[in-house]
Amino acid sequence: MIEAFKIFINSVSSPATIFTLAVIVFILFVSFPKQATSAIVMIPLLIFAAAFLAIGLTDKHFYHIITTPDNVPIVGLIFIFGYFTWYAMRKAVINDERMAQGKPTIEKEETDEKVLVFPYLIFIEFVIALAYSIMLVVWSIFLKAPLEEPANPTVSPNPSKAPWYFLGLQEMLVYFDPWIAGVLLPTFIIIGLCAIPYIDRDPATSGYYSFKGRKFAIIAYLFGFWILWILLIIMGTFLRGPNWNFFGPFEVWDVHKVVPLVNVNLSEIIFIKWFSVGLPKAWFVREAPGILLVLAYLIIPPAILAKTAFKEIYKKLGAARYAILVMLMLMMLSLPIKMYLRWAFNLKYLVAIPEFFFNI
Amino acid sequence: MPDNIPSVPETPATPVATVAASPAPTVTAKSAEAKIDRRAFISWVGLGWVTFAAATTGALSIVLRYLFPNVVFEPPTSFKAGFPSDYDPGVVDERWKAKYGVWLVRTAEGMYALSTTCTHLGCTPSWLSTESKFKCPCHGSGFYKSGINFEGPAPRPLERYRISLADDGQILIDKSKKFQQEKGEWNNSESFLNL
Repeated sequence: MIEAFKIFINSVSSPATIFTLAVIVFILFVSFPKQATSAIVMIPLLIFAAAFLAIGLTDKHFYHIITTPDNVPIVGLIFIFGYFTWYAMRKAVINDERMAQGKPTIEKEETDEKVLVFPYLIFIEFVIALAYSIMLVVWSIFLKAPLEEPANPTVSPNPSKAPWYFLGLQEMLVYFDPWIAGVLLPTFIIIGLCAIPYIDRDPATSGYYSFKGRKFAIIAYLFGFWILWILLIIMGTFLRGPNWNFFGPFEVWDVHKVVPLVNVNLSEIIFIKWFSVGLPKAWFVREAPGILLVLAYLIIPPAILAKTAFKEIYKKLGAARYAILVMLMLMMLSLPIKMYLRWAFNLKYLVAIPEFFFNI
Repeated sequence: MPDNIPSVPETPATPVATVAASPAPTVTAKSAEAKIDRRAFISWVGLGWVTFAAATTGALSIVLRYLFPNVVFEPPTSFKAGFPSDYDPGVVDERWKAKYGVWLVRTAEGMYALSTTCTHLGCTPSWLSTESKFKCPCHGSGFYKSGINFEGPAPRPLERYRISLADDGQILIDKSKKFQQEKGEWNNSESFLNL
């Protein structure tokens, strides 16, 4: 029965299914935060996760992947981030309910006075720092990080994996040109995170957990963090094997696994498949549909949203801050859009101009 | 030195002495502190900055020296790869991969030299003979035996190097000249050795 379970899990594992499943779970989580963070859901979920891990550890391949020193932190990361997300959301839900009933928030009930950073916060941080140092010492004793042979530019290990914190970027690079996934999108991530306090200057809900008061901000942040960063790190760590092929969690990493991944550019789909005329010689004719599509993506949704769903936000932020916000959101969403286009239509690039290395 | 300790009794400074702005300080009886006038102070500070800047420049110039290594391990850009008869038709030859970063491919018509650098982000793909393709371990780009990209994110085909026959009949590969398919350079006769 366990074997059947493993085979089933392997057979349904693919980037598309796992990503889609994660998005569905995410939508359920933010749609029903009260139920999702309740004990009725969380305890079975924890039991399922523990059982999955326990069953998995009896599998030789799974055990090897999970216990590799490089990968151990990622296992811990899933549980730690999961816990903190649950903790914050739970408190936010309780606070929202209390406020709906006209009661003060938990934080207000604890103390309504100003709490000093020193000694209260500093003391907690000091104790945590001590515990953390001890943990790091123990960690470094038990998990080895040996030096490897000298680097050789003509030999790339198979698979070649970035450090875990860059595996999200490496996964993005599967779908994008290096300039986009390696330079442009990371820059937008950093600028976007820096810009949050300037875009959202609303002081509401500061000082206590709340979900209802900051729905848009929390959903946007959690989606970017959990789905577009942590999930990609998890997939890159555990599920990407030789030749950067995708493997199920219980699937042995076979170097000769053949996956049909032939992909085509938008220009080839349009001019060869639809019109059967062959690719035009000049790049600006060949890539015109793709360029128009990208421009439309960047111009039409902001204009429509400003009149409809984001009307209130537009009024609140003004044109400039609204434009920055929507641009950042569109950039963020371009990643899952591109991933789905690849999975659904084997689309390589919307705009492909190898003549001067410009590919979107 | 007239302005030294012997002149203990305070002598009122004459106008001539101040205007002349001699760096000699007047010494008071109470403290041995030397008083420096403004002009002298500025010139000392100036001298100090010049010295500091010179020392820093000197130190940095030594650092710059490290940008130019004493020994550079760069293989020559052109090399002889033996005789065409050393290569079997239909086989991707990897004997020059480690040293020069070149795959030599012999087909029924002739030979070409492929660069081993992936056109996506520069990793070194592996030749998978059973699947008959080059596959990059970093992001999964795949290339046909010809070097044409067909899967994964690589935006353009692998590059080819200039290949010709030397006077002694050996294959001569010149890595300083590259041929890119997307620029139509594979039609160049130097990118393919007819045999």
